[in-house]
Amino acid sequence: MDRIRMHILVCGGTGCSSSHSEDILENLKKELAYHDLDQEVKVVRTGCFGLCEMGPIMIIYPEGVFYSKVKPEDVKEIVEEHVLKGRIVKRLLHKEAIDEETIKSLNQTRFYEKQQRVALRNCGVINPEDIREYIAVDGYEALGRVLTQMTPQEVVDIVKASGLRGRGGAGFPTGTKWQFAMGDAPVKYVCCNADEGDPGAFMDRSVLEGDPHVVLEAMTIAGYAIGSHQGYIYVRAEYPIAIHRLQIAINQSREMGFLGKDIFGSGFDFDIELRLGSGAFVCGEETALMTSIEGHRGEPRPRPPFPAVKGLFAVPTILNNVETYANIPQIILKGADWFASMGTEKSKGTKVFCLVGKINNTGLVEIPMGTTLREVVEDIGGGVPNGKKFKAAQTGGPSGGCIPASLIDTPIDYENLAAVGTMMGSGGLIVMDEDTCMVDIAKFFLEFTVDESCGKCTACRIGTKRLLEMLEKITSGQGTLETLDEMEQLAYDIKANSLCALGQTAPNPVLSTMRYFRDEYIAHVVDKKCPAGVCKELLSYQILPDKCRGCTACSHVCPAAAISGNLREPHVIDKEKCLKCGACLEKCKFGAIIKG
Amino acid sequence: MAKKKTVVPFQGTAEQEEKLKAVIASHRDIPGALMPVLQQAQDIYGYLPIEVQQMIAEGLNLPLAEVYGVCTFYSQFTLNPKGKNEVSVCLGTACYVKGAGAVLDKVCETLGIEPGGVTADGEFSVSTTRCIGACGLAPVMTINDEVYGQVTKDDVTAILGKYLK
Repeated sequence: MDRIRMHILVCGGTGCSSSHSEDILENLKKELAYHDLDQEVKVVRTGCFGLCEMGPIMIIYPEGVFYSKVKPEDVKEIVEEHVLKGRIVKRLLHKEAIDEETIKSLNQTRFYEKQQRVALRNCGVINPEDIREYIAVDGYEALGRVLTQMTPQEVVDIVKASGLRGRGGAGFPTGTKWQFAMGDAPVKYVCCNADEGDPGAFMDRSVLEGDPHVVLEAMTIAGYAIGSHQGYIYVRAEYPIAIHRLQIAINQSREMGFLGKDIFGSGFDFDIELRLGSGAFVCGEETALMTSIEGHRGEPRPRPPFPAVKGLFAVPTILNNVETYANIPQIILKGADWFASMGTEKSKGTKVFCLVGKINNTGLVEIPMGTTLREVVEDIGGGVPNGKKFKAAQTGGPSGGCIPASLIDTPIDYENLAAVGTMMGSGGLIVMDEDTCMVDIAKFFLEFTVDESCGKCTACRIGTKRLLEMLEKITSGQGTLETLDEMEQLAYDIKANSLCALGQTAPNPVLSTMRYFRDEYIAHVVDKKCPAGVCKELLSYQILPDKCRGCTACSHVCPAAAISGNLREPHVIDKEKCLKCGACLEKCKFGAIIKG
Repeated sequence: MAKKKTVVPFQGTAEQEEKLKAVIASHRDIPGALMPVLQQAQDIYGYLPIEVQQMIAEGLNLPLAEVYGVCTFYSQFTLNPKGKNEVSVCLGTACYVKGAGAVLDKVCETLGIEPGGVTADGEFSVSTTRCIGACGLAPVMTINDEVYGQVTKDDVTAILGKYLK
């Protein structure tokens, strides 16, 4: 075997691929070949490192040097300086990684320091398209141990004892779910929910892209535990890279005998099939997902019967989320006590979050349960950009709610998030600053649920539409205090009468923003003002006479001819004619136009 | 929402039909075959006109109503062809917060069509998408397979210009 003296890891996740990491890889291979280095330097295309904001990302081992925002044309310099001469290209180093004269490695930067990687432990470390790299980091060892040394009940017991709860949102104890499905039905299924639909969330995609084998291994373990021989992974068609790598992983796993007949000589058979979603958010709901795999419109079914009793094709089925599965092999190898030592009393282990929105370090973070929101936003996330103030964080996507700035010290776990009126959800964490209008955000999520409601039950189909109309009334200045009361009543009615979780949780963004930002709602309905300056119809533009130089730039750009005034004299805006397009504000060089 | 009716005349070739029949034959015995067959049929034809749905219904021995029901339920299935250049603006939360709405407005205004529409010459179609997962680059728009990140409404004309003939 060749001696490899250096490894260059380039992120091939969706974020970095979108900013041309493929071209970087290609240039890298060309440059290395040109300098005859391709035998001693190995290039690896990995999954997501997490710090997507700084992408494309490149890490060079053995030093652990962390380059960020690399461009394809930088590759030549990196090869000639760093690889050939051992001189680090300082201008490309991640700025957080330089501390005066010392150069820090990846794990010492603030973004990574407070994180603890369990579900993401292999993401950005191994080549996801090579099963041997997964095996080298103890991959499939847990499966071997389970099949050769443990009974199914022992497997379920260890998962139960670990305290692992479903990472898809609701937080149901995973071991208990498996226990329910242990009866002696002849045919059972194991499903993986990879239909990650929450806007602003990409945790599961990163696991699938960065470490696909961990999901296959965990599903096979689950199959052994409940006595199933067939698994299905339901993955969004919007994730082409994830689908591609899963398919490679399944093929390699079959070749190596980790899937198929008589795995590890134990007599146990298990295989996995991929099924693609086709863009319906409701299919992330467990019964809808199974209806979709069966080939129908993805509409939810009433529960009970629960899937563990009567699920896919009407037989007992367990369905877990990608991140839940990603924890299983580690729990088997390191023990339930190890897992239960992380986190809080009722929420064990770690949780992956997608930190997005108005935050400096956008990206993927994995933290022990119980970490406070402040640590996530200020330490890991590096705070809110442009010196703006943190206003709220939204978790749980369209089913969740907001945590206002006053509660920033809330420790993040299932119970604490529920107590403040939101939920863990699948892990989207959207940071908002003072420029975000909370009524507008509630409206945004309602637009989403109205669009994605499957239409099966009345409370959700019509209720969410009516709720959205009320929000539209408020943001266009036609709401009254009574609208707020009606809205609250309707929200509770929708929650009480919807069939599935989509409808039951759809009013949460409204209820949560009304709870913490009632003053903003009142400003919209009583004062007819949008304090954040977002709701167009409530805005008015005004020219400050003492700042206006009468340059006429604004009156030229106004599409409605609403601005009048003589040259070198202060202009005025005719509020009747003004379309509130904001063109004048952008054009004014003297800061004489204000909106409010 | 998917348009409920096909407005473009069907012009399938014999070659396409042969491909579709092979797909149907290889899926006939798989439980829940309809979704994978529709996905591959859309790859073959680019869209799912009623003629294609008819062939699938017959091939899989399903009522046409059920095939149509599934086609119109999922937003990725389309009953009308897409433009040669598919412009898609992400309206996920992160992009929305960073101003994707203004980008979409500018795209529609420039091309003179609404989201879901196709230009008269068949060159451009515009759609909105939920999060594509590139939130670090918000706001994001894609044209065909090319991703444009941190787009402002002032960038739109220049970006679209690259695709004009």
